[in-house]
Amino acid sequence: MSTSQTTTTEHHPALAHQFDSMEQQQDASTFGMWVFLLTEIMMFGGLFTAYLIYRIKYYPAFVAGSTSISVIWGFINTLVLICSSFTMAMAVWSAQTSRRKLQIWFLIGTMILGSVFLGIKAKEYYDKYDECHIPGLGHQIIGKPFNTTGGCSATDSKLGNISKEIRDHAAESHEEVSKESADQTADQTQIFFSFYFAMTGLHAFHMIIGLGLLTWLLMRATRGHFDSQYYTPMELGGLYWHFVDIVWIFLFPLLYLISRHKGGA
Amino acid sequence: MSTATTTPAPVMPARHFLNDNYGIRSWLLTKDHKRIAILYLLSITVFFFIGGIFAALIRLHLLTPNGELFSADTYNRLFTMHGVNMIFFFLIPSVPAVIGNFVLPIMVGTKDLAFPKINLLSWYLYIGGATFSIIAMVSGGVDTGWTFYAPLSSGYLRGHVVLMAVGILIVGFSSIFTGLNFIVTVHRMRAPGMTWGRLPLFVWSNYAASLIMVLGTPVIAITLTLLALERGFHIGIFDPKLGGDPVLFQHMFWFYSHPAVYIMILPGMGVISEIVPCFSRKRIFGYAFVAFSSIAIAVFGFVVWAHHMFVAGISVYSALVFSLLSYAVAIPSAVKVFNWTATMYKGSVQMDTPMLYAMAFIGLFTIGGLTGLFLAALGLDIHIHDTYFVVAHFHYVMVGGMVTAYMGGLHFWWPKMTGRMYPEVPAKLAAIVTFIGFNLTFFPQFILGYMGMPRRYWAYPPEFQVLNVLSTAGASILSVGFILPLFYFLWSLKYGEVAGNNPWKATGLEWETTSPPPTHNFHQIPIVTKDPYAYGEEEEEVPVVH
Amino acid sequence: MSDHSHSHPTPGLYLVIFIALVIGTCATWGIAFVDLGIWNPVIALAIAVTKATLVVLFFMHIYYSSKLTKITISAGIFWLLIMITMSLSDYLTRTFLPQ
Repeated sequence: MSTSQTTTTEHHPALAHQFDSMEQQQDASTFGMWVFLLTEIMMFGGLFTAYLIYRIKYYPAFVAGSTSISVIWGFINTLVLICSSFTMAMAVWSAQTSRRKLQIWFLIGTMILGSVFLGIKAKEYYDKYDECHIPGLGHQIIGKPFNTTGGCSATDSKLGNISKEIRDHAAESHEEVSKESADQTADQTQIFFSFYFAMTGLHAFHMIIGLGLLTWLLMRATRGHFDSQYYTPMELGGLYWHFVDIVWIFLFPLLYLISRHKGGA
Repeated sequence: MSTATTTPAPVMPARHFLNDNYGIRSWLLTKDHKRIAILYLLSITVFFFIGGIFAALIRLHLLTPNGELFSADTYNRLFTMHGVNMIFFFLIPSVPAVIGNFVLPIMVGTKDLAFPKINLLSWYLYIGGATFSIIAMVSGGVDTGWTFYAPLSSGYLRGHVVLMAVGILIVGFSSIFTGLNFIVTVHRMRAPGMTWGRLPLFVWSNYAASLIMVLGTPVIAITLTLLALERGFHIGIFDPKLGGDPVLFQHMFWFYSHPAVYIMILPGMGVISEIVPCFSRKRIFGYAFVAFSSIAIAVFGFVVWAHHMFVAGISVYSALVFSLLSYAVAIPSAVKVFNWTATMYKGSVQMDTPMLYAMAFIGLFTIGGLTGLFLAALGLDIHIHDTYFVVAHFHYVMVGGMVTAYMGGLHFWWPKMTGRMYPEVPAKLAAIVTFIGFNLTFFPQFILGYMGMPRRYWAYPPEFQVLNVLSTAGASILSVGFILPLFYFLWSLKYGEVAGNNPWKATGLEWETTSPPPTHNFHQIPIVTKDPYAYGEEEEEVPVVH
Repeated sequence: MSDHSHSHPTPGLYLVIFIALVIGTCATWGIAFVDLGIWNPVIALAIAVTKATLVVLFFMHIYYSSKLTKITISAGIFWLLIMITMSLSDYLTRTFLPQ
């Protein structure tokens, strides 16, 4: 029932003028973050929908493309990201319970894990570049045209022959696949790789933004801005980071594990 | 500070948001939602007239059947730039970002939107997107149509598609942030006593439009990103030559762009729901129905998108479902039209300028909506798809509906925004000229379309010329109706009569504060005890549904 | 597993969730190499949904949040499903042509 601008409660320095209380401010900010995450769900959702339609349409090519990326690195990256989500949750908890030193260490831990994830991602991207699996008219932009028949890799010329792999796996289950048919399927993996790079690329872009946010949070945390009275930025940063983790939780099985049992690790 | 005297002759308040501080910095770095609304007003007016010039050139070109004025290529660029400017840079931000930004926080009784910095960011994003769009226009424009259908846009045409896509992507984030701000403000910032059942209908409809902005816009963002990637790197997501599916582009495009039609019309409906009870001196008929029909439109609007694609080769079963669902979305719109007319019934209707616009809206929107049903009918759509019938239909909804509502709202809240009245006589004249010019422009296009004249062609058979000349004549009258307000609004800033707090004797919190409002909107945060639209309390006769 | 009287989870609970997520990841990986026919992607997605739910409920505190926040996230999932199912309704029925 406060009708005056100057309320009787003490005025926290982080309280913005349009809010009546810290509680209302935190409530509104958290809700705002969730509405923003709603837009993120829809943005990634558009990509997932398109992915799903092409996965149905070009299933053999998606299997071949998926088999050609390294599942072990994807698996390790999933674990790295889950660890980082745990450390992030702990950082938020430390802020909530006014543990100033601890929140700094957990933030640093989260940033290290996030960087490890991006490092592994960069290695995977480089492998695909080395094997000439970057889709599109790559030779105009990055100097290596798309090639699924092998002999392109600078490190190991046996790498990257998707066409041969398709025929080998078919032969294992005593099927006969003509070279033309295998070549055609291999060529269609371009669409798989388009989605692979678009989806992991958008995800990595979010990770980079997330690392920027964490840097900002770390700077504020070292100045002792966050305690049990005011930790909204930490909470919001945490929500963002966990969301990016969730996207990866879906990307891992969808991109790395399409009919893995037919291929190898 | 509170020196607003209420003498018979109203005077301007001594301090208000316009004279609280001065200088370019106080505007460009403002976090005041009212100033941001003014910034938006100026910027979208520029784009309205840019889009209008393109429209005028199109109509001029179509005076003659063989298209002597422009080459076919230039013509393609003209209608594309007209569509892109009007839709993304004028219609979508028009009512929400200008009128909504200004009055919505005051209507719910708060000092500002929940996130003022994000609100300012949204204006800067708009300007950023607009800059890309202007660069694209100046360097030659885009010739794909505003729909950017792939593979035309992703591979074949030479226009500056990527620049334009980036511009629309950025302006999309501006609309996401406006929507986000509105949603949080409506949920978390209402004044004491401002229950959901007491929210003005303008707030309800902007809330519904915000839901669409938040849920739909990200999809167009990702679609345009994929389009730009495909164009830049020649990956095959939409281009059938590379194995992609062009119909998928249409699915993803219309998943946003059909609900976007409701982003454009819902806030306009909100304006009408404010004007009609005020100038009928009656409570709105069926408050709850009008409020929930906004939400229903927002929800149903998301499940009808493929009715734009009936001839694109989608599954007939799917088309059947989308056709039926498209009929369903007509119901909440009809509920609104019914309730507005029922509100006017036996009211003491005053024909002030906002009311003239509101009545024009009701008539024109009804025609636009009903012809939309023709187009949603699976069989009939095959005949009139991509003809001028479609052009006439959406201009009845977008111009006859939304632009009319925007003009009505601007006149209605102009005294609140500036503290001065616009001159009534030229304003009425402009409203009538707009109405006549509009109908003369677009009604012939229904007939043209039904007779089979396809849209987006730079030439046409000579037997269509009479109707095209009528349409062009209408467009020149229409342009007078749009240019006139520009002059008398500017005139009124200096010479207009001082309005006082509540020139229309309207209900609603925005009319309880001074005109123009103080920077923090209220000298004291109000406590709401009444229902909205408590007009003619003593002669109440229509039961209000709650 | 959780205590309603606490407004926020404890590190112990976070650790439990973390371990569950690691187990889920290992399970996804392991099961992918076993031929289960059509069930492979179904199980992989089911595990992913479970993992995501755990993250949303506990790491993101939805379990302890207001009804409004719960509705918000449900709306996101609902709209995503609208987009996926209604787009697929076209793609999956295109080949059934009426005789």
